[in-house]
Amino acid sequence: MGLELADQIRSALVAGLVDMTSADGETIEAYVASPADDHPKGSVVVIHHLPGWDEATKEIVRKFAYHGYRAICPNLYYRQAPGAAPDDAAALVRSQGGISDAQLVSDVGGAVDFLRSLPDSNGKVGVIGYCSGGRQTFLAACSLKVDAAIDCYGAFVLGTPPSSFPLKVGPLDHIAKDLSCELLGLFGAEDSFPAPDETANLSELLDGLGKTHEFVTYENAGHAFFATDRPSYRVEAANEGWQKIWGFFGRKLS
Amino acid sequence: MCTYSTEKVRISGSAKGASGWFKATEATVYFDHPVHAPLGHSLNVDLMNPEQGPEFRAAMELDAESARGLAEAILKMLDSTPDGLKDH
Repeated sequence: MGLELADQIRSALVAGLVDMTSADGETIEAYVASPADDHPKGSVVVIHHLPGWDEATKEIVRKFAYHGYRAICPNLYYRQAPGAAPDDAAALVRSQGGISDAQLVSDVGGAVDFLRSLPDSNGKVGVIGYCSGGRQTFLAACSLKVDAAIDCYGAFVLGTPPSSFPLKVGPLDHIAKDLSCELLGLFGAEDSFPAPDETANLSELLDGLGKTHEFVTYENAGHAFFATDRPSYRVEAANEGWQKIWGFFGRKLS
Repeated sequence: MCTYSTEKVRISGSAKGASGWFKATEATVYFDHPVHAPLGHSLNVDLMNPEQGPEFRAAMELDAESARGLAEAILKMLDSTPDGLKDH
């Protein structure tokens, strides 16, 4: 039945798991979604948040495919917990102190290479991440050659987390000069991490470095306003945010 | 936010997870996004045995008031238990 139906579907999508090679040579698993056609298309790397390679993030990957992009979300915890349920993997990784920035850059770099290597890639790759993935998006965009980056409410891009935070994160202001592409930042006015003054400081830093960026801070929205499966979801901010994303990636990845 | 704060403690005992009972050697406590609880953030506890694998985990996600109530109940129970029972 499924295969019979597949022959009748127009504008079909494909989605599922692939093995990909990280830039350091390790094989990791990734979730990919794409229009099921051979037309040239832009690509997006989706960086999952600290709670893991979860269902909600994979839904975002499919949303990009619906809008014509090939999107991939590498399982950033695969090395630490291959084959584990995403929530179990996230818990284990947290107990181990998280993943290093070097591993993140390696895995996102491998994902960028994977996407660009596909014959129908137009060569353009953007990066987007939510929450902790927002900080990691900035990290990736300063460490790799990409064509667009979107930081959705990433905290601790600047400044050092309190000493009680044992994960391996540090400030990224020293690499801001290496930002390789235009940056779109989507934030909530009611967020404390990052608070509006932190994103204003980042904007000021980028202005000083001559780095093109646009930051949008939505009123009546706090952290994780895109997350449809959480009470933090704010439909107005999320809908406007998605429109910003389609416009930005539409300009930078076509 | 995805909070990075995590308290980690060595423990001795057992927990029951998705694959049944296991020896728990480590607990992590953190306040972050839950997987299942309908909350923006929750107090999360994982009882784990990392050496056996990530699936050897018993998890809970509580709102702040519930977590404090549970912590106080645990301390109250321990305080009211004769010392002689705690070693066995």
